[in-house]
Amino acid sequence: MPFPLPLESLIGKPLMFAVFGLIGFAFGFVLEISGFGNSKKLAAQFYFKDLTVLKVMFTAIIVAMVLIFSAVGLGWLDYNAIWVNPTYLWPGIVGGLIMGVGFIIGGFCPGTSLVAAATAKLDGVWFVLGGLFGIFLFGETEQYFDQWWNGSYYGRLTLMDVFGLPTGVVVVGVVLMALFMFWGGEQLERIFGGRNLAQEPKWRYGAAAALVAVAAVVLVIGSPTPARKWTWLAPQKEPALLARQVQISAAELLASQADDALRVVTLDVRPERDYNLFHIRSAQNIPLAELPAAIPELHARQALNTVFVVVSNDEQAATEAWKLLTAESVPNAYILEGGVNQWIATFGGEDPAIRATPAAGGYETINYVFPAALGDRYEAAAPNPHEWDLEYLPKIKLQLQRDKSGGGCG
Amino acid sequence: MSVAVQPQTGSQSDKEGRTSFWKRPDFWKRPEQPYVHPYLGGILLGIVLFLAFFITGNGLGASGGLNRLVVAVEDMVAPQHVDRTAYLLKMAGGDKNPLDDWVVPVVFGALAGGFVSGWWSGRLKRETNKGPNISVRSRWMFAFIGGGLMGYGARMARGCTSGQALSGGATLSAGSWAFMFAVFAGAYAIAFFVRKLWN
Repeated sequence: MPFPLPLESLIGKPLMFAVFGLIGFAFGFVLEISGFGNSKKLAAQFYFKDLTVLKVMFTAIIVAMVLIFSAVGLGWLDYNAIWVNPTYLWPGIVGGLIMGVGFIIGGFCPGTSLVAAATAKLDGVWFVLGGLFGIFLFGETEQYFDQWWNGSYYGRLTLMDVFGLPTGVVVVGVVLMALFMFWGGEQLERIFGGRNLAQEPKWRYGAAAALVAVAAVVLVIGSPTPARKWTWLAPQKEPALLARQVQISAAELLASQADDALRVVTLDVRPERDYNLFHIRSAQNIPLAELPAAIPELHARQALNTVFVVVSNDEQAATEAWKLLTAESVPNAYILEGGVNQWIATFGGEDPAIRATPAAGGYETINYVFPAALGDRYEAAAPNPHEWDLEYLPKIKLQLQRDKSGGGCG
Repeated sequence: MSVAVQPQTGSQSDKEGRTSFWKRPDFWKRPEQPYVHPYLGGILLGIVLFLAFFITGNGLGASGGLNRLVVAVEDMVAPQHVDRTAYLLKMAGGDKNPLDDWVVPVVFGALAGGFVSGWWSGRLKRETNKGPNISVRSRWMFAFIGGGLMGYGARMARGCTSGQALSGGATLSAGSWAFMFAVFAGAYAIAFFVRKLWN
């Protein structure tokens, strides 16, 4: 999964900005040749006379969508590494309604007004000035409804999550819906705009068929499972695992949790029963089987200094979890060396409540007996980092993430 | 960009010699070309959008870039005010440069791309597009008001037609699809009442 490219580390910032400038150039060029610099053409959309806006927008969306998800399915593009607009439901809907009103009154949207202004359309220039003023006004008034604006937050929510459908089904569905809208739009143009549909180019049927065909391919190849992604990534990532560069000691975990420069998220992937018996304080319980469903949340929560540490009784389940996180490109993932057993061996030696049993061996057994399911209320669950000044070989190295946090219009 | 626009360069072979090429009247008044077919425009736009995601991981954007321009000016004029406003602080607090963001070159690129395309196709004309029943002055005023609503709404929705509808639509973001239908709903709900502006 080499794409998207880590442009900044690959070619440096000036060239990265040049790439974005070129993308913008192509964007402006295509908007202009489609007639989006002309407010009359844009406004005609809302009187059913000329549905260029609908046709261009939805064609662009479905073309980009089938290409993106083909590339994802083939393993060329990492869906987790591209920006998917997070859902803030109500600010999005209310903002959208306001924009719709602005669209029909002003005749543009922000992108198209740039193109209009660039081609000396004076109404476009006034629209851009108005837009700048509106943006300024928002910046000055956001504080009065800050809580609402940051509310109804659903994170990286996709249509696949909403409908509980596989990616391929959603892709095919969206293509068919768009084609139906195009058909309906052409009928409206015929009725309200007096357009002769016989003069429309025949190639549009071929293009529609091609889109359905590519969408069907996406349906067949589907989205890669984490296991498949891991087989792609294994040659690159497995050496670090085998060289034990990602297994951090209990001492390093404790020191990192106390380190203000890091945000350590400790993920306890054991069954809930084990978690209730004993767990490291501030560890979050996500049993291994439930981890795949939690991946989007982990992506939404990460900051530049977030470190994920997976914990199990020994290392086996944690290693499985680590492979899953790595395959899903969750950055800065580590394994607690020796798991909870090693943690208690390090910090629980003096805790009279916890008794060691002879190591039974086997998969993910816990080598201690607890008097009660006290969770993190044991002394060993939250050792004082200042009292335990243990030496360790530091292994955590923060990786620079791709710059995707800016996102969309953000 | 291989675009189905045939340049009809009439008198490029003239021998005026001394006049610089950009001073010749025919350099700025190229023959006007028709727009490309909407579906072709959409396919090209979709390819641009896909390449943006494929190469950079980001989609397209416009209002975000304008937002950062506004904040940059505010930061120049009143830096203390920026430091006291949480929303602005995120973009321009301390020594953060609000223009240091991918969406800024996209905006300047879009201006340049629109300009070159308009010039190439002979649409680089100073004019005001409006309905037949409204004066030029009113059209400007409504453009400013509409732009203001657009700018305000786009920031509230965390993105405009490009950054939310196109980019989020193609990556199947649930919020972006809800947003998109809200935009169309808002416009259709009002269209009848402002029909004098356009018809």
